[in-house]
Amino acid sequence: MEPILILKKVSFRYGDPWILKDVDLRTYEGEILGVLGPNGSGKSTLLKVMDGVLVPGQGEVLLGDRSLASMPRTDVARQIAMVAQENFFRFAFSVLEVVLMGRFPHLKRLQFEADKDMEIALGALRATHSSHLSQRSIHEISGGEKQRVLMARALAQEPRLVLLDEPTSFLDLKHKRDVFRLISSLSRERKLGVVLVSHDLDLIAQYCHRIVMMKEGVILHGGSPEEVLTPDNIEEVYECPVMVDTNPATGKPRISMRS
Amino acid sequence: MAEIKEKYPLTLSRVIWVSVILGLCLLIVATASLFIGTADVSLSKLVGLVTGTLSPEDPARLILLKIRLPRIALAGMVGFSLSLGGVVFQALLRNPLADPFILGVSSGAAFGAILGIFLGFTFTLGVPSLSFAGALITVYLVLAIGTRRMGMESSSILLTGVIINAFFTAIIMFFISTSGDSRLHAMLYWLYGDLSQSRLGPLAILVPVVAVASAVLYRYSRDLNLLTAGEENAFQMGVDVEKTKMICLLTVSLMIGLTVSLSGLIGFVGLILPHLARMAFGSDHRLLIPVASLGGAIFLIAADTLARTIISPSELPVGVITAFLGAPFFIFLLKTRGSQWSRS
Repeated sequence: MEPILILKKVSFRYGDPWILKDVDLRTYEGEILGVLGPNGSGKSTLLKVMDGVLVPGQGEVLLGDRSLASMPRTDVARQIAMVAQENFFRFAFSVLEVVLMGRFPHLKRLQFEADKDMEIALGALRATHSSHLSQRSIHEISGGEKQRVLMARALAQEPRLVLLDEPTSFLDLKHKRDVFRLISSLSRERKLGVVLVSHDLDLIAQYCHRIVMMKEGVILHGGSPEEVLTPDNIEEVYECPVMVDTNPATGKPRISMRS
Repeated sequence: MAEIKEKYPLTLSRVIWVSVILGLCLLIVATASLFIGTADVSLSKLVGLVTGTLSPEDPARLILLKIRLPRIALAGMVGFSLSLGGVVFQALLRNPLADPFILGVSSGAAFGAILGIFLGFTFTLGVPSLSFAGALITVYLVLAIGTRRMGMESSSILLTGVIINAFFTAIIMFFISTSGDSRLHAMLYWLYGDLSQSRLGPLAILVPVVAVASAVLYRYSRDLNLLTAGEENAFQMGVDVEKTKMICLLTVSLMIGLTVSLSGLIGFVGLILPHLARMAFGSDHRLLIPVASLGGAIFLIAADTLARTIISPSELPVGVITAFLGAPFFIFLLKTRGSQWSRS
């Protein structure tokens, strides 16, 4: 399979200590990659480096055969979309307006959205089960609805890769499950590469094809959920004793705290 | 192609139609304003002026062409540019209460202008250049002080603006008080926004500058839409954030600098009109920019007409009228929308 994004020996720091150290990582079409690690382990920084918001001090990030840092932003946004953790709309836009903003990198300056853009935006709303919200104000909808709308905006960019930074952190159980199922079906149907940062070990175990575990800016373990989510690995990274057994319903690893 | 049932949020034809209708409203208000004033000028005199039958010695000719027309034109241009400046500042700072006056940009520009007059510069080039420099320095100060550490917090930016405003106003008052120069004494009136000294000469510079500035800013209208949801967000979606900010802030500073050097300090236009425009037409800058700008022109022409007639035969500075309307509006916004803006 062709990789979408390749990180080669990437290191990044703001001031003195390296926040990312020698990270090697590849993302692929149709694959959901889970990024795990305790708070401050560099997960969000990794996502920002993958999207070109932060430029690594050492190493390089390649999108196809081009270096991410040298590409015009619209070229990047046509291939990579990000659903960030913090999203605050200062002014009242309708949900449809927000999703149409995803067409930004595809339109020329002063060009208005045409039928094609409208179709893509409406398709993205349908795919995220949010068509009924289209005329509502982005200020009026709930947290779970907003998360779906932001996913729809990301889909409207027609990217090959979507980066999600803790998409379920403020959601209740049902909405968490809905978001993960949505990500799973989108990645399958649209051959979308997904990188997912989350603290939900069980959901990551259930839905991700591959997992990397980070601690202090270094990727310590990588592989399938079964390979990575062992009691020893989790205890090493999270410093918290756990038990791992198999979830009888999904056949995937299930993590419980020991005390 | 599948049938699209949803209505488009915005189309080019809607932008054009709304702009044309507002343009006509502007023309009607400006024409009406020509007839209103301390001296009575009848409709027949205006018809005579247009058809060329009015005698060259008729005093109505002087009143219409030399006094009222330049003043109405200046009011329109100033209202247009202050309101446009408000829209752009609000988007770039993600702060609904930002406006050139509240941020201190106007008083920075006024300080530059007064310094220019004090140094004996001309009104055609020297004074507007210093005024532009004053506006630019203030924008830089507001961004540097107001956003450091605290991010783009509403309150810290506004407080920085208030303080810069107070500082520059104090310097201006110092200049005026200590100078025996009669030109500077005339400036005291100008401190509250004064359109009465309008002549056609400076308008010949203001009109093209504002026209070019609005064209430049309109080119970035979609970028501004995305920037209202945060710089990082906009960058991720394809906006060249640094370039957009740089070009927009420079353009607005130039426009506001020149405007203030001709009109003095007129507050709140850039606050009231963008809000009314957003309430009526939504937040998309492709429509918001023309609506707020044309609305600003209409509003300031109406306000200035009021200023020169309300206590006739004497006059008020137009800034008194806009502040009288704007300050309660500011408090109203703070009270009713404050929680929505405080932070997610």
